[in-house]
Amino acid sequence: MQAVRQGALPVSNNNDELIVKIRGLRFAHGARVIFDGVDIDIPRGKITSIMGPSGTGKTTLLKLIGGQLQPNAGSVVVDGEDVNKISRDALFRLRKRMSLLFQTGALFTDLTVFENVAFPLREHTRLPESILRDLVLMKLEAVGLRGARDLLPAELSGGMARRVALARAIALDPMMIMYDEPFTGQDPITVGVIMQLIRMLNDTLGLTSIIVSHDVHELTMICDHMYMISGGKVVGHGTPGDMAHSESGWVRQFMAGLPDGPVPFHYPAPDYADDLLAGA
Amino acid sequence: MMDWLQRLGSTSLSVFERLGRGNLFLLRVLAALPSLVPRPGLVIAQLYSVGVLSMMLIVISGLNVGMVLGLQGYNTLVDFGSEESLGQLVALSLVRELGPVVAALLFAGRAGSALTAEIGLMKATEQLSGMEMMAVDPLKRVVAPRFIAGIISMPLLAAMFSAVGVLGGFFVGVGLLGVDSGAFWSQMQSKVDLYDDILNGVIKSVVFGFVAAWIAVFEGYDAVPNTEGVSRATTRTVVHTAFAVLGLDFILTALMFGNE
Repeated sequence: MQAVRQGALPVSNNNDELIVKIRGLRFAHGARVIFDGVDIDIPRGKITSIMGPSGTGKTTLLKLIGGQLQPNAGSVVVDGEDVNKISRDALFRLRKRMSLLFQTGALFTDLTVFENVAFPLREHTRLPESILRDLVLMKLEAVGLRGARDLLPAELSGGMARRVALARAIALDPMMIMYDEPFTGQDPITVGVIMQLIRMLNDTLGLTSIIVSHDVHELTMICDHMYMISGGKVVGHGTPGDMAHSESGWVRQFMAGLPDGPVPFHYPAPDYADDLLAGA
Repeated sequence: MMDWLQRLGSTSLSVFERLGRGNLFLLRVLAALPSLVPRPGLVIAQLYSVGVLSMMLIVISGLNVGMVLGLQGYNTLVDFGSEESLGQLVALSLVRELGPVVAALLFAGRAGSALTAEIGLMKATEQLSGMEMMAVDPLKRVVAPRFIAGIISMPLLAAMFSAVGVLGGFFVGVGLLGVDSGAFWSQMQSKVDLYDDILNGVIKSVVFGFVAAWIAVFEGYDAVPNTEGVSRATTRTVVHTAFAVLGLDFILTALMFGNE
């Protein structure tokens, strides 16, 4: 906490090789089971991706890691602390050491780019204005948007908004950043910029990165480790090379973008012939 | 018949569940209020958007209501030759009832709906979730300053409404219809009591401000985070505040003035 106030590098509670340990995770929205006994290990200092078809609960998984949702069963341990068993104050202290980059950026629309990045610093530190200004400009320089400091979020493109959100995410020098669909809806240049930023920030700041996405091509280029989720379970995991040569039908269908397979093309329906003849 | 009973039961349960959620939310907001003490700037910013920006509406409405009261009051009183009592009629009507009630209804329409829409949209665009993930409690940073600003603003706006209304009544009664100026003010001064009338009016406006601000911030925080959800929440804020203010007004009036 004190180190964060002084702008030091990410503070960690322990040196465990795994920064996130998920065991027996079960989570349901009403009758719909999203996760049914999921085990995931996120290694410290690496970029790990969580892949899966749309609607498999990838964003939900990030919210479970961040303690914004409570699982029905199982445990989510982040940096040695079970996020569902610690107090609200302890959870907030833990959150100062992690960041979540939302798909929309979640920038505060009434604040300028500068003030958006300054927000966590103003909330959690008592730095003099001159130092705070320098820190914000350094974060904006890292994402290439120092010149956009006076713009409002409404004046930014989608890619710029995500870069500002990324600058804000690293404002407190977290130990881990979670990215929710960082490439979705971006042009190829912006995708390249974001990929480069994720890799650079991870390596130079000593972070751990978790990327939730279904952009296979981009993920295989920057990830150290991949998990694939489907039907509420982990259906495959390993390095990008392992995943490319996986025997699993789920993984093969997803990695190759095949229209039919374990994830069926057709929504469940009665027999086609019976359905057609029923109207005769 | 069974369907009807089932719907009635389901609706009742949902109403009580929501009421319980609203009360728990209020407790959490009240617990968050002390966190504002070292950060008065947050409240001042909201006082501007909730209070100052509502002033024009309140002043114009108060002036018009006062002028109508002056005109209608004169037409009634002149039949009994007691048009000198116009000042008393206008002032009591405004201070006891119209000031707090109409100002609260206007407050709900102008500031309450804006608070709900703002908080609801922050929720829909994940700004509140983003704040939580930055270890900043939205109840302390977003909700509590708006809630307390509503409670502070409402009595001031109601007082402004009543004061401007009296001036409107004076303009019509004395300026246009020829009521004696001295009689207008002296009748008002002798018949309007500081405690029985003005203080009770202030109490009403504080209660209405509390309820209006509570409903506005709760509806925003509890809104379904999409376009339709925010739209419905904004409508609910205006409708529920109107019901609550009018219902509470009757109860408070009965308690304050029932034995006169």
